[in-house]
Amino acid sequence: MNQILARLFPPQTRRPDEVVIEFGIIFAMLSLVYLLTRLKKWGWLWREWLTSVDHKKIGIMYLVSALLMLFRGGVDALMIRSQLALPNNHLLPVGQYDELFTTHGTIMIFFMAMPFLFALFNVAVPLMIGARDVAFPRLNAVSFWLFAAGAILFNISFVIGGSPNAGWTAYPPLTELRFNPGVGENYYLVSLLIAGIGTTITGINFMTTILRMRAPGMTLMRMPMFVWTVLVTGALIIFAFPPLTIALLLTLLDRLFGSSFFTLGHGGMPMQFVNLFWLFGHPEVYIVVLPAFGIFSEVVPVFSDKKLFGYPAMVGSVLAITILSYIVWVHHFFTMGAGPSVNAFFGVTTMLIAIPTGVKIFNWVLTMWGGRIRFTVAMLWQLAFIPAFLVAGVTGVLLATVPVDYQMHNSYFLIAHFHLALIGGTVFGVLSGMYYWWPKMFGFMLNERQGKWAFWIFVIGFFVTFVPQYMLGFEGMTRRMYTYPPGLGWGALNMVSTIGAFIQGAGFLVLVYNVLWSMRYGERDVTGDPWNGRTLEWSLPSPAPAYNFATIPLVTHRDEWWEMKQSGRANAYKVKSSAIRPVHMPKRSAMPLFMGISFFVLGFGMVFSWWIIAIVGALGVIASLFLSAFDYNDTEELDPQDIRRSEAALGRLEV
Amino acid sequence: MPKRHRAHWAYRLVPLALIVSLLASGCGRQYTLLHPAGPVGQTELNLLVLASVAMAVVVIPVWILLAVVLVRFRDNPRHKGSYVPQWQKSKFFEVMLFVIPLIIVTIIAVPTVRKTYALDTLPQQKDPVVIHVTSLDWKWMFQYPAQHIATVNYIKIPVGVPVLFKLTADSPMNTFWVPQLGGMEYTMPGEVLPLWLEANKPGVYMGRSGQFSGRGFVHMVFQVDAVSHTVFNQWVHHVKTTAPQMSLAKYHALVHFGYAGEESFSSYPAGTFPTTSHGFTLTGSSPMVMP
Amino acid sequence: MSQTLSKLAREQELPLEFADYHESIKITGFWIFLTTDLVLFSCLFATFAVMRYDYANGPTPLHLFHMTPLIVETALLLTSSFTCSLAIYQSRRQNKNGALSWLILTILLGMGFVGTEVHEFVSYVNSGATWHQSGFLSAFFTLVGTHGSHVTFGIFWALTLVAQLVQRGITPRTSRKLYTFALYWHFLDIVWVFIFSFVYLSNMTGGKMV
Repeated sequence: MNQILARLFPPQTRRPDEVVIEFGIIFAMLSLVYLLTRLKKWGWLWREWLTSVDHKKIGIMYLVSALLMLFRGGVDALMIRSQLALPNNHLLPVGQYDELFTTHGTIMIFFMAMPFLFALFNVAVPLMIGARDVAFPRLNAVSFWLFAAGAILFNISFVIGGSPNAGWTAYPPLTELRFNPGVGENYYLVSLLIAGIGTTITGINFMTTILRMRAPGMTLMRMPMFVWTVLVTGALIIFAFPPLTIALLLTLLDRLFGSSFFTLGHGGMPMQFVNLFWLFGHPEVYIVVLPAFGIFSEVVPVFSDKKLFGYPAMVGSVLAITILSYIVWVHHFFTMGAGPSVNAFFGVTTMLIAIPTGVKIFNWVLTMWGGRIRFTVAMLWQLAFIPAFLVAGVTGVLLATVPVDYQMHNSYFLIAHFHLALIGGTVFGVLSGMYYWWPKMFGFMLNERQGKWAFWIFVIGFFVTFVPQYMLGFEGMTRRMYTYPPGLGWGALNMVSTIGAFIQGAGFLVLVYNVLWSMRYGERDVTGDPWNGRTLEWSLPSPAPAYNFATIPLVTHRDEWWEMKQSGRANAYKVKSSAIRPVHMPKRSAMPLFMGISFFVLGFGMVFSWWIIAIVGALGVIASLFLSAFDYNDTEELDPQDIRRSEAALGRLEV
Repeated sequence: MPKRHRAHWAYRLVPLALIVSLLASGCGRQYTLLHPAGPVGQTELNLLVLASVAMAVVVIPVWILLAVVLVRFRDNPRHKGSYVPQWQKSKFFEVMLFVIPLIIVTIIAVPTVRKTYALDTLPQQKDPVVIHVTSLDWKWMFQYPAQHIATVNYIKIPVGVPVLFKLTADSPMNTFWVPQLGGMEYTMPGEVLPLWLEANKPGVYMGRSGQFSGRGFVHMVFQVDAVSHTVFNQWVHHVKTTAPQMSLAKYHALVHFGYAGEESFSSYPAGTFPTTSHGFTLTGSSPMVMP
Repeated sequence: MSQTLSKLAREQELPLEFADYHESIKITGFWIFLTTDLVLFSCLFATFAVMRYDYANGPTPLHLFHMTPLIVETALLLTSSFTCSLAIYQSRRQNKNGALSWLILTILLGMGFVGTEVHEFVSYVNSGATWHQSGFLSAFFTLVGTHGSHVTFGIFWALTLVAQLVQRGITPRTSRKLYTFALYWHFLDIVWVFIFSFVYLSNMTGGKMV
């Protein structure tokens, strides 16, 4: 018994700050349970959310999880920056610092950026293409619950068993058992494997949805740009995640079952992990940034009141980036001795990516040219993106210049580069998308004034944090350093950077306040089209009814909804009563939730090598597969009369 | 309305001012990368400057263009730009948008490829000093095969002579980096990777690791002491005659987790540096030497 | 009106699993899934390719591999792919019992394959060739084992299909399920052909990749 407790709570999880957080979590969970019981909301939670297969609700669940993870990853970042603020600082023990930068990176990429994007995929894509749901609604819920299982498993490592500490890239042989005993790395490997299965399913699901379920008349070249980027993101996911799965799986086999893939000795080859990891890792960068490009391509035309400039070129450059992203992975390790021919090839392919990216930036600027720009919060995030991403892109080309990369590799210059790209691209993108689609998700608006405050505070903090880090790179500071001696001249810049990080933190808090305030006092969106939108989702009420479209629209133009409004058919969204037919909808199901729980149990058992628990979890997974194979009763028919009633209540029925 | 927009512009200048002031401070000695002490570092810095200038030529006009667009076309009855909601294509612009970045990329790519090959070849005219580098947990071990001496956490090199480092690891990965002399290269178990550097003025240069290798990672630092040829030879002789020998037991003690100060050894046991590997040779001509 | 009729007529010529819109979407999705599985196997093949000489004083392919189990496994799996196609053929002729018999034969052949492979692996381990010993053996066991576990999963999947066919006969949904299973099964067959040639044959000819 004592042994089990010692494994569950090793010394490194008993630091004072972690104990406080631990109790905080327990307290928060207990009060949540109390609140749900008191308000008699358990049934509502079960019916409306936990067993829901509605893409709009799954999207909201992704959004909430992503914001929570943004908070967790942000706290990690602030602790990292506090430790680095002064030379020879010992605010945190060295082991904890190593854990923090590992969890920060992993959470931000896998459990913040990806689910945030999936939230917007789920909310917007079916509505934009005139579909009633995604191709596989139940698998969509499975994706979410697998993500949730992975995220929870990864996060409990903080209090149970110890966190991973080999960086988010987890290069072996540092992850090998002899250099890294304890369960931390197992958490990293298992939770990413579980979440990765979910992500792969999401990729398949959205590709199929977009390829097969567009409304009649919506040809590929009439699709909104965001839908295009989701389509290629799906393609990126299905090609990029298998290498990650293999890299993680083989490391896990090394750790748990004694194989010799990436070990020091026994003919192991750590280099192969690096190849597999970045074969995933570089497309991953585009997985998180291309949808952000898509969001900007929606936001800019709407708030410039003008057509998107150069739509075919935009599509072409998205496709070019997709293809190029598979032949650049070696640029993450020019300094691993691949030889000049390989390095030169991958350096040049990397620089080539600058061309389609440049085309996109020019096209957004030219879209604004001749428009009427409204500075809403969604638009401001886009406008901040352009300068940030230009700097990120320029420094990216510098890093692709092979000899320069020999000096910049793994330095703070690199850190600054990818934070500018990932925050400036992805985070600004998803926040822009969040403000843009928020009324469609919830039926009320986020307060613009507070949103602007959050925006300015965050963006100023962002530049104050990362510009000094470029300088630190020139001073020779490398990443993942726990502390540094005085006398190297690094102190002042690190202090500035830390101050910037706290300003960003303040910006995030204002954003949270903005959301909470607007939930209570926010302006209702009664028209369904608060921004004078251009695409089909704005032709629906906010939030959209469960069946989305009472009748599937016939698409004749690229910006279909805007064209309808332009041609004076302002009432065209009204539905003819006689045109309403019965609608097949997927039934809600507890299977996805059960599957997620089973995977969690399986993963937990594997982390600690407690095989009985793992087998119980595996049996749960098998049972849910088995039961859904025999479940033929998974759709239900909505009565046209019900649809008529609900459309009439929304004032959208034409008798 | 217009007043509020002007306020935004003031805010926009804050980060810009910060960047400028930080750039202005970029000439200090602490910016080691900008003060190379050898031909490799100098080549890399030149390329950095060339690429930065080439891209600034495009990026700065784009920033200005963005600023102009935001002022001219903001949603304001008095704004100067004319409203053309249907304008969505222009052959001229679309061709130019591909051509301009292509030119810039070409300007950067051509010297990049040439320098990549150049820096991968040892200068022919001088015989290099060879140093075998092994990263351990958490210390650096250096072996001079020609002189048959070994050091820990420091090296002495002669000025004006290329030094060929052969890098491996008996530990998790690290990178071998002396910023003032030139770029880094990984040390990996089971592989021997080459890197050549040269100091063209005497001095003490800091070296460190760029790849996280566990809790002692920040202790992966070493000193490179570049001295004249005669001083170097004297030092070798001194080490050979006064320093203790490195036994196999001592090597295994070094491999063990822990930290070390600077140490010197008058000899080292055979077989502590791999003879075969997966790695590439310095010229890159023959990949994959198989055991 | 005539247009919809001709469309309907065209649909009649489609096999049952494609005629139903919702079921045909699932086939598209399954093709995309097969792509991910293909990439997964490619990564394992690549890992095997770079580690195939890392014997680390352990046994080499020349000592390890034997022709007999290899021939038996190949014959069983390739035949099962053929019988699987016959099951699809019968289901398109609406012949439930025919489809069922061919499907059951496919399962039996698959079981034979897995059994032979397990026997082969056990004999390697008994001769001391565990995957701990070398990078080569790790890569070999993982690549071939992943294929074997895919086949095992396929067998259980086919068993549930047998039950569903017995229960419900040949409907758009069961025929679609049978069809996707067949895609999966043929895919594993193709992977096996690559394992057969790149893992076994090329390494049995003296360690040089052909």
